[in-house]
Amino acid sequence: MFDYNFHWRPVMRSLPDLIDAAFLTLQVAVLAMILGIVIGLCLALIRLHKTGPLLWLASTWVELARNTPALFQLFFFGFGLGAFGLHLSPYMIVLAGLTFNCAGYLAENFRGGFQAVPDTQVRAARSLGMTAWQTYTRIVIPQVFRIVYHPITNQMVWAVLMSSLGMLVGFRELSGETQFFASRTFRIFEYFTVTAVIYYVIVKIILGASRLLAMRLFRY
Amino acid sequence: MEPTVSFFSGFTLNDLWFLGEAALRTMWISALSITIGTVLGVLFGWVLYEGKWIATLTVAPFLDIFRSVPLIIQLVLFYNFAPIVGLNLDPFASGVVILTIYTAALVANVARGGMEAVPAPMRRAARSLGMTYWQDLRHVVLPIGGRAVFPAWVGVALGVMKDSALVSVLGYVELLKASQILITRTQEPFLILTLAGAFYFALSYPISRYAATLERKWAQ
Repeated sequence: MFDYNFHWRPVMRSLPDLIDAAFLTLQVAVLAMILGIVIGLCLALIRLHKTGPLLWLASTWVELARNTPALFQLFFFGFGLGAFGLHLSPYMIVLAGLTFNCAGYLAENFRGGFQAVPDTQVRAARSLGMTAWQTYTRIVIPQVFRIVYHPITNQMVWAVLMSSLGMLVGFRELSGETQFFASRTFRIFEYFTVTAVIYYVIVKIILGASRLLAMRLFRY
Repeated sequence: MEPTVSFFSGFTLNDLWFLGEAALRTMWISALSITIGTVLGVLFGWVLYEGKWIATLTVAPFLDIFRSVPLIIQLVLFYNFAPIVGLNLDPFASGVVILTIYTAALVANVARGGMEAVPAPMRRAARSLGMTYWQDLRHVVLPIGGRAVFPAWVGVALGVMKDSALVSVLGYVELLKASQILITRTQEPFLILTLAGAFYFALSYPISRYAATLERKWAQ
């Protein structure tokens, strides 16, 4: 049936390296998500409450992140910034690109979350003598967090999948490492099959962990 | 001093034409994949909705794989797998096949959501008025469910349009690949990337805004 001999041995031999690379993938994705959540939160609050140049900046960020390909964003951080003499390492390119993208997408989710918390609750909290900071951290954010929990999980999965684009800017995370080994041994199909399985497992672990965490967090 | 010969030349009007052609190719491959993928996806969605546990055991895991493995890995894998089973596909055909299945996997979930959004009593009412099963699907489920998930579908379609940039890894010269070729020659990454990004943005932004407006109008 197949006019091809499958050779899995070289793949198995470099499996430890692939697993290491998978941890690098996870590391970049998690870092980008943490930064993305912080920046996304800021962007959402700016878009809800501020006017002027700050609003313009936040809106531009969100719309650019959502309406251009992630690969374009990576290229921009990789090559586009080179025009200004700014040369980032492949790791930084992927981290910056992913953060930019995640922050944009998360900002829209957060905005929806904030709008879902009724204004009257904020007023009630303030009239009970809470400061604005207390109102946000104790009343608004916990409720918003519940609403955006699933979007955040999805975005985490997307971040892992998107980090595979690092392959195209010379970053040796899971995909880049696979590409490296594959072009050395010409066992492209075998290598990428194993990588696909690893990605699948990572995604399933993230989704499973998120579900477990949700059961503990949202018991009431 | 002798004038040095440069391998690089500036950005000319011809290059703009080259980019424009590449942009048309991006639109062509996306339009084709989104159209076929949506039809397939609605079919899968219907199978998921009606199939109960048989579909849960067969179709669902299959579609799940395409959502849990990075698109770039899928593309490389399929492109290298096709010759093994004796198919000789060019980058364009491989790209269309994978983008179509990818779209179908995403649309299937959206379509199932749409079918679940139609209240059961309404469907029973349609059937008791003498409509056949297919009439009920065509005249009741399609307008009501379709309207509920139309914005989500637009999101998927725009996502696929942006993700079509990844077909460049197979060597298909779409917009982003074309801009890379030009960057190598002209050494003007900022200008060219801005042009490419502006094109994606100009295509994606109005459509996403239109979908958001429709969603707001229908929500009332």
